[in-house]
Amino acid sequence: MLDRKLRRDLWHIRGQVLAIGFVIAAGVAVVVLSMGTLTSLRDTRDAYYDRYRFADIFAYVRRAPEHLAEAMADIPGVQRVNTRIVEDIVLDMPGLMEPARGRIHSLPEGRQPELNRLFLRSGRMVEPGRSDEVLLNVDFAEAHDLHPGDRVVGNINGRRRTLEVVGTALSPEFIYAIAPGEFVPDNRRYGVMWMGREGLEAAFDLDGAFNEVSLSLTRSAVEEDVIDRVDDLLEPFGGVGAFTREDHESDAFLRGEFDQLSMMTRIMPPIFLLVAAFLLNIVINRLVDTEREQIGLLKAFGYHNYAVGWHYMKFVLAITSFGVLIGWVLGAWLGRGMTDMYAGYFQFPFLFYRPDLGIFLQSGILSFAVAVAGSWFAARRAVRLAPAVAMQPPAPPVYRKMMTEKWGLERFLGAPSRMIIRHLARWPLRAGMTIIGISFSGALLVSTFFFLDAIDEMFELFFFSTQKQDVTVIFPSPRADIVAQDLLNLPGVMRAEVFRAVPVRFRNGHLDERAAITGVDAGADLSRLMDMNHNEIELPSDGLVLTDQLARMLAVSPGDWLEIEVMEGRRPHVRAPVNAVSQEYIGLAAYMDRYALSRLMEEAPAASGGYLTLDTNALAEFFEAVKEIPAVHGVTVLGAALEEFEEIMDETMVRMIAVYIAFASLITVGVVYNSARISLSERGRELASMRVLGFTKGEVAGLLLGELAVVTIISLPLGCLMGYALAAYMIKSFSTELYRLPFIIYPSTYGWAIIVVLLSAIVTGALVARRVNRLDLVAVLKTRE
Amino acid sequence: MDAERRSAFRVEELSKVYQTGETEVHALRGLSIEVYDREMVVLLGPSGSGKSTLVNILGGLDHPTSGKVFFHDQELTAFNDKALTAFRRENVGFIFQFYNLMPSLTARENVALVTEIATDPMSAEEALELVGLKDRMDHFPAQLSGGEQQRVAVARAVAKRPGVLLCDEPTGALDSATGIQVLEALEKVNQELGTTTIIITHNAGIADMADRVISLADGQISHIEVHETRRPARELSW
Repeated sequence: MLDRKLRRDLWHIRGQVLAIGFVIAAGVAVVVLSMGTLTSLRDTRDAYYDRYRFADIFAYVRRAPEHLAEAMADIPGVQRVNTRIVEDIVLDMPGLMEPARGRIHSLPEGRQPELNRLFLRSGRMVEPGRSDEVLLNVDFAEAHDLHPGDRVVGNINGRRRTLEVVGTALSPEFIYAIAPGEFVPDNRRYGVMWMGREGLEAAFDLDGAFNEVSLSLTRSAVEEDVIDRVDDLLEPFGGVGAFTREDHESDAFLRGEFDQLSMMTRIMPPIFLLVAAFLLNIVINRLVDTEREQIGLLKAFGYHNYAVGWHYMKFVLAITSFGVLIGWVLGAWLGRGMTDMYAGYFQFPFLFYRPDLGIFLQSGILSFAVAVAGSWFAARRAVRLAPAVAMQPPAPPVYRKMMTEKWGLERFLGAPSRMIIRHLARWPLRAGMTIIGISFSGALLVSTFFFLDAIDEMFELFFFSTQKQDVTVIFPSPRADIVAQDLLNLPGVMRAEVFRAVPVRFRNGHLDERAAITGVDAGADLSRLMDMNHNEIELPSDGLVLTDQLARMLAVSPGDWLEIEVMEGRRPHVRAPVNAVSQEYIGLAAYMDRYALSRLMEEAPAASGGYLTLDTNALAEFFEAVKEIPAVHGVTVLGAALEEFEEIMDETMVRMIAVYIAFASLITVGVVYNSARISLSERGRELASMRVLGFTKGEVAGLLLGELAVVTIISLPLGCLMGYALAAYMIKSFSTELYRLPFIIYPSTYGWAIIVVLLSAIVTGALVARRVNRLDLVAVLKTRE
Repeated sequence: MDAERRSAFRVEELSKVYQTGETEVHALRGLSIEVYDREMVVLLGPSGSGKSTLVNILGGLDHPTSGKVFFHDQELTAFNDKALTAFRRENVGFIFQFYNLMPSLTARENVALVTEIATDPMSAEEALELVGLKDRMDHFPAQLSGGEQQRVAVARAVAKRPGVLLCDEPTGALDSATGIQVLEALEKVNQELGTTTIIITHNAGIADMADRVISLADGQISHIEVHETRRPARELSW
């Protein structure tokens, strides 16, 4: 019989049940969504890495004899060794004005490599001895609609070659296929390909030699030791320092994504569940209040105290079950969508959204635990209510004048305003929790929108403040200084500035980092350095400028000295002072005056590439010319990168943000709706009396919602503040070596968060306010409260 | 009866049928009556006789099924919801059995609640003085006795100088001594301000203070008793 009452009561407060259920659902959905996506991605990655033997250590070298492979295989802890030839090439793609960058990898003749094996998506492997056959990575092939049998034309080591595409493939090395020095994948302008070893040896004059090696390790291996041994072996042959997966771009981006997903799980669900617990608490409390007499009656009939308590707990369990179920379904649905999104973004041979049962169970159990904890005290009141007491009306609430009123401020307030303030002050805990609940909503919005600001800021700095060039050209090997003039002679070039980039290892005591020193000319215009306050840094005539992240990692500040092991040319070991720290959000970098760098290198001034600005009317001629020049093996077009990035942003961030806005609004809706309904239930009599006294519907609704308006308005600045703190916390988890997000929140972000919260509150409030029309004016006169 | 007297309410053939489930309840059956300015009328009758329904319709809280009600020259039954709210706001003072004060406002503020929206009110203090509660003005309802709360309700009802005072069982929740204090307040308001007063009660002991006693039974007037002289409230007992 009590269960029938339960069903009817639930139906009676269905609006509140829905509102709370959806808040719980949002929390559960985030867990299922992010944890499910995370485990799916992680499992897929692990299986992929394992099955296709993704290497643990990578090293580039200028030219090392093949027999070194055996020596490396003998290093303790090394399981497999795979030597390769990896070279950058320039591709001439139809439909693309500028040359595309390519990176070509050698394959052992007629078989899969030992490590970093390929997943053949279409076509076949390269036939042994065929130097004109290549495999393309799937993304690039799809971007250019290339199929087995098609041909690509490229500039390979200065020779124009036509290659036949025999198949398309995926590799665990290029789950996130990103060109060196870039930070967003550009599938049209960057292609990974594979070719037989013999053909590449011939093309790059590397007979019996390799220039890249990958190693896999046994479980017990110590990475650092292996790296040291590999570096020792490769150094005489121009090794530039071995590195682990930690520094492998594709893997690092994947890990960054995983970190973000797991942070979502840490931050968002607790917020939703806390809010749900609070809402359940006020709803059950109110239920116990309104059903006071019924409780007394039930107990008088002989229902056990705990039967009554259990009855109210079942209320909580019913609402929570509803929320959890919706959350599961919603989470699984969103998780599938998000995984699909990742599947387009990351290149896996297979990727399924397969959240394990544990995630569903965990999220369910957590929700129930929080819900029961939240409503425990409310249900306990029902348990403890003595039947004789219960059947009498409760003592009327005691109101007090507020402190401010004693100071005489009441003059400025009408009676309705005083009612609002005193009602709030009468239940300060509830008012406080309501404020915090709505603040959470604002905080979530601020911390979500903030990402757009951070990314915007990052790009503003990267594209518009520091990088002024239209294109960057890279030479396969350093050229004499005079090349600057050659660049200027290319059609359409307005301005050319050369730079020298040298791979180095920095040391400061026990700290060491691999990076490159870029030498630029003093007074260079096209690539600028900005300090932490976004003021331009004057390049010192001697000494280094480090990016803030590199300086942090090496624990140096201006004035300190660093040891530098140069990994190119004569490989000098030198010391240089750090003169300034620059602000950059992408990668690790160090800068120096180009002439100072050449002195340090003990070489004549040289150039690794150039920054160019172009006459926009002569772009086609320029790119046509560049494709013919053997000395250029990479062209980066800045605008293209920006476009590509914005496309990715639109696809991913905007969708995610839409989901978050919806979820964050759910909190405001849930809190405002429940508060308003409870207010209406508690004060229905008061409000109906006011209607009788001649107050209009609008005035009465104003009184009902005024309280919520006050609460909402107080929660706005608090929400902004909490959002700021949340963003500050999140930014830390988002920083990787590869990229960092600047901590900046635009005023408009607070504005948007406030607008969303206000809109949600207003719409919800209006929904409840309509019930003022339904107040029964006659009944209220006849009943005692 | 003085034929020159202006009528406050004129009720013509008023009927009210409530639909409760399958059955129809006829609360009023073609009732006609006139209530005059400055008059004090007691509506007497057992519960279910239709007296509350009548007063609710007079006060603009309910719509009749058929018939017309005029307040002075305006046809109340033609008013929409908004006009009825304005009518209550301007012209009607209500007093209820359970006071219906705002618990979060002091006595003074409960009165001010109404005076703030009235066009020509007396001050809250003045109204409370009228009901003898000048020294309890800053107490919250929870700090006042039932009789005191009801007198606050009277002060609240009269503070806006309404044309008519509608009282539904004003002493229903009070003992007789306290009830008489409330009735004295109503009597004073009727005499000093000339407010037309209609009191619903099923307590015949109150009837003697009225100019007219209208008895209702089964939705119709069963009997009208006219008093040439009213008995002062303080002499009443029940």
